[in-house]
Amino acid sequence: MSQGVATTLAGNTPPITEKRKKNLLSDGQGTLAAILISPTMLVILFVVGIPILLSLRESVYLKATAVDPTTGLIPEGESFVGLANFTDIFNNPQTVSGVWGHMDRLVNSFWNVTFFTVVCVGLETILGVAMALIMARAFRGKGFVRAAILIPWAIPTLASARMWGLIFDSNGVMNIIVGQKILWLADNVYSQWAVIVADVWKTAPFIGLLTLAGLQTIPTDVYEAARVDGANAWQQFTRITLPMVKPALVVAVLFRTLDTMRMFDLPWGMIGPGKYSVETISMFAYVENNQLRYGSAAAYSLLLFAYIVIVAFLFVRLLGADVIGDEESRAITAQRKKQKELAKAARGRAPLAKSTISSGEAQA
Amino acid sequence: MSTATATPPAASRVTAEELAVLNKPSRGGKYWASQIAIVAGMAFIVLYCIAPFYWMIVSSLRLPTEGRETSFWPDPVSFENYPAVFLPENGFGRALLNSVIVSLTTTLVTLLLGILGAYALARLRFWAKGLVLSIIIACSMFPGITLLIPLFKMFTGAYSWMPINWMNTYQALIIPSLSFGLPLCVWNLTAFFRQLPVELEQAAMVDGCTPGQAFRKIILPLAAPGVFTTAIITFIAVWNEFMIALTFGTQQSMYTAVVSLSKFTGAYGYDTPWGTIMAAGVLITVPLIIGVLIFQRRIVAGLTAGGVK
Repeated sequence: MSQGVATTLAGNTPPITEKRKKNLLSDGQGTLAAILISPTMLVILFVVGIPILLSLRESVYLKATAVDPTTGLIPEGESFVGLANFTDIFNNPQTVSGVWGHMDRLVNSFWNVTFFTVVCVGLETILGVAMALIMARAFRGKGFVRAAILIPWAIPTLASARMWGLIFDSNGVMNIIVGQKILWLADNVYSQWAVIVADVWKTAPFIGLLTLAGLQTIPTDVYEAARVDGANAWQQFTRITLPMVKPALVVAVLFRTLDTMRMFDLPWGMIGPGKYSVETISMFAYVENNQLRYGSAAAYSLLLFAYIVIVAFLFVRLLGADVIGDEESRAITAQRKKQKELAKAARGRAPLAKSTISSGEAQA
Repeated sequence: MSTATATPPAASRVTAEELAVLNKPSRGGKYWASQIAIVAGMAFIVLYCIAPFYWMIVSSLRLPTEGRETSFWPDPVSFENYPAVFLPENGFGRALLNSVIVSLTTTLVTLLLGILGAYALARLRFWAKGLVLSIIIACSMFPGITLLIPLFKMFTGAYSWMPINWMNTYQALIIPSLSFGLPLCVWNLTAFFRQLPVELEQAAMVDGCTPGQAFRKIILPLAAPGVFTTAIITFIAVWNEFMIALTFGTQQSMYTAVVSLSKFTGAYGYDTPWGTIMAAGVLITVPLIIGVLIFQRRIVAGLTAGGVK
């Protein structure tokens, strides 16, 4: 425990102590760690690991509901159907017409999820960053604003859904504000925007809070230097603020994105179940499960899962979201990368030296 | 904001008062304009956050017959909606109790397990640490519905190897809640434990404590605020959870408060009893908001340290 991460992992400095003397305090940490971490991992195995495996199993089974043509009876139990639960989305579509036209119910919910995620997260990020910028420049009343900002975060999503349901009622206050008589909750394109407004309201302050924490780590002399160099406010924002706040912001946006993709409570509580214009994949899979169609429900939930994994992967790869944020793991990864590069360089030294005589990078 | 940075080179001729004047930030029109913009921005943020919530409170204070009124202030102010929430056919009191039981139990269990796990993750060195951290963070990203379907089958006895029926029991509400509560808790606690200086434990161990003792006697008391904050954040997350509670509590006596709110038909025979619904919403929310306001500094620290909802 006592060794600093940097000295032991950098690898190029020799260990300070002499070779591996048994240390009662710092040796055997692996055993202690295993004892401490195993209850958590066991619970996670039971409530996350096993269900995911079972989900995979369910998704390739179908509960028999139709009459068996050979025996003339409704068979008991389930039968293995391979990927039929997935291919039925295209081969045997359950056509509904939401905002996106006639299409399979799952495809419709997929577009809903994508639309909600892109619009909500985009608006939340812009609003959240704006809020953070305002709060960072304030001298007084910071505590008060911070308290106010926690209110949308603390309200149960379902309570917020009912609250916005009243606001968006056809006789409600929103129609008075916009001066029109729009049927917001009647399962149409306006319902989507009602859901978006409610979602942005609840979560933009959260992004603002996390961004503010990132902003406060930027030293002020960076800005002073930029001003001396003649940078205007916009340049300061795009060249200093955004790059320096990016690590905090990317993680916040990643979590918000994944959260929006599995949205369930808000459309359910505000517009209702089975409304195609706002039905998300979570809601559709839930409805299928309630009908005891476990096979298709599991298949749809796995598709959502895969979608989320892909988006998370893209976030980590393209935007470099450092989700784990553990120095030690980061150092280990960096060291492995370095070793790999060294090994590569060692293997390819001869051709490398030949080709880079003029480029001057051979020394690197 | 700009400070007068240029001090004249002939410093000897400048008196201290003149220097003070020169060093004072120049407050021209630009300065005041930006100050006003900031104050206006702050006012906007507060209004943005509070206005819809204000509407919920105001709507709960109208007469039950005026559910859809849109006056800015209830006239007359009426508390009739609040007793109506607790009419026996709504079962709201029982639902609140269920919510308290489920949230408290889940929070306690996750804290108990999470403190141990988070300490190992924050302080001990072991080969699988990166893997464990990845699993935990991945768990908080899973869509709940993927876990819910098999858990539903398990708890309804659909699998022959698990012949139980846990529908409408507390364990069916609590155990699935661990799937998001535990990763949240471990993650936050790990962040808190990491912030404590390692030197404290090292000093304790130099003085003869084992790692276990150093943890118990030094780290745990110091981490108490962090543990407390994590408890609040986990409690709120479980209290607000809807999908699990909706699935496993199908009888009115096993609704949680949030599920009860979603099924509210109210006490009066008008189309939608908005007044009663808003009153119930206020009752579910206000305890959380009071708690959040009291501990806001710590909660902000917890949210930003964990980086996770």
